[in-house]
Amino acid sequence: MSSRKTERGAGSAGVLLALSLVILVVTTVFIFAARIFPMAPSITRVGDWIDGQYDLTLWITGVIFVVAQIGLAWMVFRYRDRGQKAHFSHGNNLLEIIWTSATFVLFIALGAMAVHAWSQVHFVSAAPNALKIDVMAEQFTWNFRYAGPDGKFAPIAPKYYNDAEGNPFGIASKSKDTDDIVSPILEVPVGQQVELRMESKDVIHDFYVRELRIKQDIVPGMSIPIHFTPLKIGTYDIMCAQLCGLGHYQMHSTLHVVSEADFQKWLKQQEAENQQ
Amino acid sequence: MSAHAHPVSHHGAAPQGFIRRYIFSTNHKVIGIQYWLLALTAVSVGMLLSWLFRTHLAWPHFAIPGFGGAMRPEQYLALVTMHGTIMVFFVLTVAPQSGFGNYFLPIQIGADDMAFPTLNMLSFWVTAVAFFVLISAFFVPGGAPINGWTSYPTLSAVGPIAGPGQGTGETLWVISIGLFCLASLLTALNFIATTIEMRAEGMALMRMPLTVWAWFVTAIVALLAFGVLLAGCILLLLDRTAGTSFFIPAGLVFSDTQPPLNHAGGSPLLWEHLFWFFGHPEVYIAILPSMGVVSTVLSTFSRKPVFGYKAMAYALCAIAFMGFTVWGHHMFVSGMSPYSALAFSFLTLAIGVPSAIKTFNWLGTLWGGKIQFTSAMLFAIGFVSMFVTGGLSGLFLAQPAVDLPLHDTYFVIAHFHIVMGVAAIFGIFAGTYYWYPKMFGRCMNEKLGKLHFWFTFIGAYLIFMPMHWMGIMGALRRYAQPGGLAFLQRMAPIEHFITIAALITGAAQLFFYWNFFWSLRHGEKAGENPWHATTLEWSIPSPPPPENFLEVPRVYRGPYEYSVPGYQEDYIPQHLAPEQVAKAGS
Repeated sequence: MSSRKTERGAGSAGVLLALSLVILVVTTVFIFAARIFPMAPSITRVGDWIDGQYDLTLWITGVIFVVAQIGLAWMVFRYRDRGQKAHFSHGNNLLEIIWTSATFVLFIALGAMAVHAWSQVHFVSAAPNALKIDVMAEQFTWNFRYAGPDGKFAPIAPKYYNDAEGNPFGIASKSKDTDDIVSPILEVPVGQQVELRMESKDVIHDFYVRELRIKQDIVPGMSIPIHFTPLKIGTYDIMCAQLCGLGHYQMHSTLHVVSEADFQKWLKQQEAENQQ
Repeated sequence: MSAHAHPVSHHGAAPQGFIRRYIFSTNHKVIGIQYWLLALTAVSVGMLLSWLFRTHLAWPHFAIPGFGGAMRPEQYLALVTMHGTIMVFFVLTVAPQSGFGNYFLPIQIGADDMAFPTLNMLSFWVTAVAFFVLISAFFVPGGAPINGWTSYPTLSAVGPIAGPGQGTGETLWVISIGLFCLASLLTALNFIATTIEMRAEGMALMRMPLTVWAWFVTAIVALLAFGVLLAGCILLLLDRTAGTSFFIPAGLVFSDTQPPLNHAGGSPLLWEHLFWFFGHPEVYIAILPSMGVVSTVLSTFSRKPVFGYKAMAYALCAIAFMGFTVWGHHMFVSGMSPYSALAFSFLTLAIGVPSAIKTFNWLGTLWGGKIQFTSAMLFAIGFVSMFVTGGLSGLFLAQPAVDLPLHDTYFVIAHFHIVMGVAAIFGIFAGTYYWYPKMFGRCMNEKLGKLHFWFTFIGAYLIFMPMHWMGIMGALRRYAQPGGLAFLQRMAPIEHFITIAALITGAAQLFFYWNFFWSLRHGEKAGENPWHATTLEWSIPSPPPPENFLEVPRVYRGPYEYSVPGYQEDYIPQHLAPEQVAKAGS
């Protein structure tokens, strides 16, 4: 160890490294390009915009990934010690300026292009005629509340929460307006904007539906609105995406997107059950 | 600021007796090794925990001995909580900064110890106590906490009604982290004072090795960040034990039990802001020292100066400073203002720029070099590959719109493991293989080192690349089981693949353990400068005497003068006077 040796075999690690980096790049690019593990298909326009931005990001990072890893592979292959002298250099200020500026412009431009999709999710309020649905999250269940035939939501308070008696929202017991529909699943008509107002009665939860591209933390003490317009009939998983305790992995519900006619039928069914 | 004259020595006679020399020592070299061994213990525990929960993820019905049947969800969550906590704090914040920094910062600047040796000893022992307090959470009623290393209220604030482990276990967690914060603040003070005050004559700031720059800048980050976490922990402890409501709003009902909890006015978001204001700088604390090591190792074994030394130093400073402005990117969907999300997004994208500069310059250091593939060098090169991969996935997460489908999924787990759990660890490995001869007077076995590298490099990619795709498909973090979700159940083959890769890669770390301990007695003896390197630690005996330098060192040049044309040797140490450096042909 007192002096370094430049054995001929010592450069083989460089060849192996370069090879492994090439294999890494080819495998990774293939798996992404062939979309072997795709996102769930989007069912909203906003979701499509998000997907567009994701694809753009994938292209840009893909190119950088290939160039950087292959660049590294090239360096360790080409400059492995074969008895040559190293090239003495402290750097190159012009190169520094060029690649710093280029990186800055690229990254900021990427961020600027992402603003549109985010603004459609959060800077635009729901339309006045959106279908309003309240969401109550708790360890480890989802409940959804519709206004019922009178179109009004009954007042609620924490002291009235009573899951055991089917009153997860805590609708005031003396309230005259008890025709609210409470449902464990979320049923909505296709093509109609929906506005959710979400609350939690215990810990932070998160409303997550892959196909909507929606993910929103629900923070106790806050009422958080979010809106979407589903464009495809189907059944989609609602999951909790913020660790909420031991039943976190089981905290699921279902989003049913149905035709307008089926939605009205469902509403009538719920109203009838309410009256029993 | 110009370097000061040689500082007054701290020591009179060297301490006698085993306890004063090796247990309660004030010598920075002993303390550095103590921290390093603490990190080794912690990483062994952390890795074991990961084998346990990875086994459960691949084979959910398998009854691991000691778990009383198939693993229950609260056991799974306790394992991931403790895994994250141990790894982030007791491995990644300890080994690269407190471990190597303590040992080599004074030596690399020509000092005989840290500015405050007794404070240094106190810092270590408080850290060690913090570790044992944390581990004790496994053994109390209710067990270890289940709220993740991020400990969000209200889950972490209301006590056992929120779930198993949220009683004494979580309280011990908060106390442990609070102690860790205190120790880290003291260490940071020490590093900063030492670097500013105790540099040898000629050691200007722009002649400091990039390792010293990294330790110095990291210490400033730590000084500013750990105080905020300490404050958060104190507030959380008060909410848990004194009935305060910093993080707890009114009207909370758990498990349908009336009346609502007797709290009002608090917000969980306050914790998130305090935690992440610390938490984001924390990940830079974890990686900056490794970046310093990688720069040094790449330069040494390419026999070339670091490409763009000044830019590298400025980039370290830029990353550290900007690291304090981006914490909201952990909170895009948290319920905080979506307008602030855009501000955090642009700042996060901007911080990618100094990171990119460093990557370009590492490649530039290799370019035109004379590359020797020692174990240290292999890990340094591996770091560059991993940092590129992990950094690029950050570009997705930095944009709020693209973060929406990816937040809290396995994509995030892939991202932070590749940058922290692999790249930063590679920096620690590179530093260990590089500095072992200096610390212990013997070399580690190179064949075992190379085996260690290949298994770990390939293994790490096999473990963490598939997690990107799981996340893209929607697999969520902290899920003990797929539950009833068909799309998650269909990912079982990927879970198997990852677990098997993890177990094999974990087993391959035995090459490292064996090599480390065996070489202490049987490794080839190392001289003063086995790597023909230029910085000051390579000018003193291996291992160094207690006072480091037998003669007062003086510094004549920058830290990476390799392959300078016109000289006999392909390296010129920092401490050699110009007349002592043999010219070519002489």
